[in-house]
Amino acid sequence: MNDRDDEKLQELLRNAVGPIADTELKQDLWPRMLGKLDEQTMRASWLDWVLIALLPLWFFFFPEVIPVLLYHL
Amino acid sequence: MKPLFPTASKEDEGDEMDLLERFAQGELEAFETVFRQFQGEVFGWIVRIVRDPGIAEDLTIETFWRIYRARARFDPSRGFGPWARRIATNAALDHLKTARPEVSLTEDQAQVPPIDPAIQSDIREQIEQAFLHLPAKLQVVARLALIEQQSYEEIAQAMGISVGGVKSRVFRAVRQMRRKLKRLGIEP
Repeated sequence: MNDRDDEKLQELLRNAVGPIADTELKQDLWPRMLGKLDEQTMRASWLDWVLIALLPLWFFFFPEVIPVLLYHL
Repeated sequence: MKPLFPTASKEDEGDEMDLLERFAQGELEAFETVFRQFQGEVFGWIVRIVRDPGIAEDLTIETFWRIYRARARFDPSRGFGPWARRIATNAALDHLKTARPEVSLTEDQAQVPPIDPAIQSDIREQIEQAFLHLPAKLQVVARLALIEQQSYEEIAQAMGISVGGVKSRVFRAVRQMRRKLKRLGIEP
């Protein structure tokens, strides 16, 4: 294997695959980006869901905290 | 060759720095300006790697999402372009690792220029297949260096490796392809 062999293989590869002809972006992607940002902001983490699920249990075992919580809300 | 990620002129440097600092602080308007300024360049870089405009659009969004999340770690004095290109390369690499080898370099998707008629279609297919079965890290470097003819310096910066590392990966990619083709009875 020598440099000339490598060049030949590279040329075959370029001919078989070829460089991409069009690299221009055809549309503004900002609206999609904004959608992704909104979606991620709205998404609650698994920890949030665990805390929400624990809330009724907490109220059940310690009902005295309910008025305190309501007072602070 | 026109640089993919042009840097700002000296007059604009102050404004550019101010914009990037506001972006790093999390200002959405600054992020929008940066996004609109660089989306084309990021897309252009990614589409050279994944060769599918639809996937490249998705990965451009993914890249900017990663950029947005990592904004606090961004150093405005080091410029946005190289940082964005590195994140874009990683996003494209992650895609190739999961999508390979189903991704096919069809002419419709890749928009390749007319192929040399001297190459028989079956040989072309074997070469494509040998190429698609290269490890993702070698494939990205080989695509950018051998097919897209990007400079080794630019690839090194985008991959976060040295120029020597790029040369080594190109060498390994060529050697692996030759071995695969030899096994198929093709000796270029």
